[in-house]
Amino acid sequence: MESDLLNVTLLSIFVSGTATLLASLLAIPLGCFFGMRKFRGKEVIRTITYTLYGFPPVVAGLVLYILLSNSGPLGSLQLLFTPTAMILAQTLLVVPIVIGLTMSAVSTTSKDYTETAIILGADSWRTARTVIHEARVGIISAVMIGFGRALAEVGAVMLVGGNIQWHTRVLTTAIVLETREGNFGYGLALGAILLTIGMIFFYLMKRYQDKGMLT
Amino acid sequence: MNAIQAKGISKSYRERKVLKEIDLEVEEGDIFAIIGPSGAGKTTLLRILCSLQPPDSGTVAILGRQISFKATEDLQLRRRMSFISQKPIAFRNSVRENVAYSLKVRGVEDRKEMVDNALQHVGLLDLADNLGMTLSGGELQRMAFARATVYNPEVLILDEFTAHLDPYNIKMLEDALISYQKENGATILTVTHNMFQAKRIARTTAVMLDGQIVEQNDTATIFNNPTDERTGQFVKGEMIF
Amino acid sequence: MKKNQMIAIAIAAIVILAAFSTWYLIANKDKPVSVILATTTSTQDSGLLDYILPDFNSKYDADVKVIAVGTGQALELGRNGDADVLFVHSPAKEIDFVDQGYGLYRWKVMYNQFVIVGPASDPAGINGTALAKDALGMIYNTGSKFCSRGDQSGTHTAEQKLWTSAGYNYTGITMQSNSSWYLSLGQGMGDTLLTASEKQAYTIVDEATWFNLESGLDLVILVKGDAVLFNQYGVIPVNGTMHPAINEEMGVNFANWVTSPETQAMIANYTLKGNQVFTPNTDRKP
Ligand SMILES: Nc1ncnc2c1ncn2[C@@H]1O[C@H](COP(=O)(O)OP(=O)(O)OP(=O)(O)O)[C@@H](O)[C@H]1O
Ligand SMILES: [Mg+2]
Repeated sequence: MESDLLNVTLLSIFVSGTATLLASLLAIPLGCFFGMRKFRGKEVIRTITYTLYGFPPVVAGLVLYILLSNSGPLGSLQLLFTPTAMILAQTLLVVPIVIGLTMSAVSTTSKDYTETAIILGADSWRTARTVIHEARVGIISAVMIGFGRALAEVGAVMLVGGNIQWHTRVLTTAIVLETREGNFGYGLALGAILLTIGMIFFYLMKRYQDKGMLT
Repeated sequence: MNAIQAKGISKSYRERKVLKEIDLEVEEGDIFAIIGPSGAGKTTLLRILCSLQPPDSGTVAILGRQISFKATEDLQLRRRMSFISQKPIAFRNSVRENVAYSLKVRGVEDRKEMVDNALQHVGLLDLADNLGMTLSGGELQRMAFARATVYNPEVLILDEFTAHLDPYNIKMLEDALISYQKENGATILTVTHNMFQAKRIARTTAVMLDGQIVEQNDTATIFNNPTDERTGQFVKGEMIF
Repeated sequence: MKKNQMIAIAIAAIVILAAFSTWYLIANKDKPVSVILATTTSTQDSGLLDYILPDFNSKYDADVKVIAVGTGQALELGRNGDADVLFVHSPAKEIDFVDQGYGLYRWKVMYNQFVIVGPASDPAGINGTALAKDALGMIYNTGSKFCSRGDQSGTHTAEQKLWTSAGYNYTGITMQSNSSWYLSLGQGMGDTLLTASEKQAYTIVDEATWFNLESGLDLVILVKGDAVLFNQYGVIPVNGTMHPAINEEMGVNFANWVTSPETQAMIANYTLKGNQVFTPNTDRKP
């Protein structure tokens, strides 16, 4: 049981961490781009990303299941019921959050800092770097919130992961299982581990964020 | 040659004409003040001259070159000029790094001495390692001055650069500005509500009212023998808005 | 300084990910043949699978991956070729599944019992009623609260059949939108029991889940033993011609194994909190 617990905990961190990392690599540049540029359809993009914040994880899972199923278009990849599928599902859920929050972090700092950078002689590349640098506190928050969503999510990983012991069982799906089995106490203990992981992560990011504000 | 040459600049926000066909010529090496009441359109004009926003019509030439109002194309020209905004902001960095930024973007390597010098001029050396964001309003303006002059721009445009300062600091910055002009032979264009400041530092003064330059002349002439009635009222403080 | 910090963090992130990936790969390399078993939550939650599967894994050098879902979803996984073998309890749907060519055949494996539980105060007075349909009639007539899983699970299917056999039109019952006595929850068994306990309502539950959860509930067993309450489990190897990824051989092995005399004996021996839960009754011809 103990090694099972360790396995479940590490897999949770691995899956949600990788998903957050992938989502950030994709979403931070996009969010910065959308936040800094003025273009037609910007408001549409903003509305879509905000709507997707509340995208039900089960639906994301269901869509991904249909794609990855052996009878689906991507079935030949054989990804269903693997951690990779779970990472994909959570990436889908985290991307809109990081895009949206990065976008607002960048666009609120954007105008004044852009003008200051331009005036002081920065080229457009340097101006973009400066604006992103100034928005870093907000961007770090975006990543933190994204990780929180990934870590706490259960519907999508349940569907595409299958909650298979030793393979695709993570903390949240284990909690569902324990609850079903009537082990409420153990379920709560797993919940506590989940919160602890979140707290450690948020603490580290917060420290980095504070440094970002001071240096 | 004119360092700044603007022709027929007009700008409207919605239906309201904020700038009406403005022509402006600032000679190289001049210290030129634009005075005028709040809302006259002074900031809008300066932003156009700095290529921060395009006018609805009209042209601007700086140091003999036409501005395109496209950020990328005006880069080389912008690097020869500077602007201190009415509401300067600091990057989330130390005061020193804020000032060094201007040099960094130009690829200048040995920045330390130049930055220290610029800070020394505005009396901020002691605060060099503090965060830019923690500066008081007046300190921020002094930092902005150092940041804008550290790379020796040929044209320096200032918008109410002493607005938040006490008399002592006003004097310090005015002196810094005058000595900067002397040392570099730079062209200075400054905007102020404060006609006494114009009197103290400017060689040429223009009066701007309601989107138009109503009179422009030697500072002494403007204050002593205004030709336009409204100018007379404004410089005597009789004009009520 | 700041650049170094960024680089340090990036390196740390990559190192951590690399470590996890390596750990994951090592943990999963040289694994025996994996078999995907789609089954109902009741077999997993009762602990039966944990008890019997190690034997299969060692006999066939296999690694059974259990996906425990509702019967409907399990059958759907089979249809899509995402499971190799099904172990579920919804006989009519199972037979359809095989008839439609998705499964090779269906063998009975075991049964357990549904029981009707409710508040000790028993407002409908069903305690000790021999026939389930009589009990349902009394609940209906007294308008006593009844919680249904309402999720098309095996348990829910069984409940629907009971209402029909008691002479009620099930759709009629659920369509009574103004009725406050019939609560269709759309939840798993555990949640349904908790709700029934909170609302002091009647519900139908399989014994295995009941033994697991009863200590936390303010409910008691009121009706059991009626033959219509028996809950038959079947095993179906998925038809491998449907999709190349299906491991039909292992599916067949599993069906053979779970219906073998040894495994059947293990099923009979399995107890939960001192109670036998499943009664083996395979119909496989030896
Ligand atoms: N982006 C904008 N949208 C709409 N109106 C604007 C905008 N920018 C400026 N204005 C208006 O244009 C007029 C001129 O503004 P401007 O900032 O140029 O005045 P100013 O002469 O600099 O005044 P002050 O001395 O108070 O700084 C003002 O009435 C202002 O409200
Ligand atoms: Mg202004």
